[in-house]
Amino acid sequence: MLSGQLVRRLGSMATRVRSSPGGAGPEPVGPVEAAIRAKLERALSPEVLELRNESGGHAVPPGSETHFRVAVVSSRFEGLSLLQRHRLVHQTLSEELAGPVHALAIQARTPAQWKENPQVGASPPCLGGSRKTRGTP
Amino acid sequence: MSGTLRRAAAALLRWGRGTGGIGLQGAGVRAAGSGSGSGSGGGQAEQLDALVKKDKVVVFLKGTPEQPQCGFSNAVVQILRLHGVRDYAAYNVLEDPDLRQGIKDYSNWPTIPQVYLNGEFVGGCDILLQMHQNGDLVEELKKLGIRSALLDEKKDQDSK
Repeated sequence: MLSGQLVRRLGSMATRVRSSPGGAGPEPVGPVEAAIRAKLERALSPEVLELRNESGGHAVPPGSETHFRVAVVSSRFEGLSLLQRHRLVHQTLSEELAGPVHALAIQARTPAQWKENPQVGASPPCLGGSRKTRGTP
Repeated sequence: MSGTLRRAAAALLRWGRGTGGIGLQGAGVRAAGSGSGSGSGGGQAEQLDALVKKDKVVVFLKGTPEQPQCGFSNAVVQILRLHGVRDYAAYNVLEDPDLRQGIKDYSNWPTIPQVYLNGEFVGGCDILLQMHQNGDLVEELKKLGIRSALLDEKKDQDSK
């Protein structure tokens, strides 16, 4: 009981709490998602950080952390091209992208741009391509 | 087994055709190593360099323009279609693991799809979509001598 409280408290403090893998139903925040959030917060001090695990819409097992969408609003993007902004996000998440994450949709906006259009986009539906190739190194 | 071999051979043929003699040679060497080679040999970068410069518009997809295997790749195909871009080179990375990893290394970009205009890396699906939405794509195509079909739909939106 005590340890349960502790875990919950830790969970709200930090993002490194491990959710039970393979758990069914609405997914708790997994370790990869937590790491992505922590790294983006540290690197970009975003004003807005919306992170969605969209893996459920793809041909991967339940509980997977493979497909994400992120909307980052940060003043660090001022003066950077779209390509540069995306590269900055990629660099920040290089470990995740080299490992478990194989799709990352990115919206990278400056605070002014976000004020103009505060919307997170939608991802297109999966067409099943990764199923065939899963297991290839 | 032979199916895999045949597929690999087909991919290599395409690869070779895309890059000329050098490509065929390099590909042959990799095929002898049976699949997942080192992936980052100097030869491959040269091949990819030639590949992305060979056509004005080059895309690397999961699947083909006729049958995209991923929603993001499909989005790229649909955006190009909207602009009436028909003449572009599309490479299916699902057919060729070396190309799949190689183009990620070459572009320093971790995901597929990838779009090149005039040999220059533009980005993935999100960036192409944004360029489509903010009008940049029409301008970029114009630089390549390609008139976007969207201009014909709304003529008044001509550039300054």
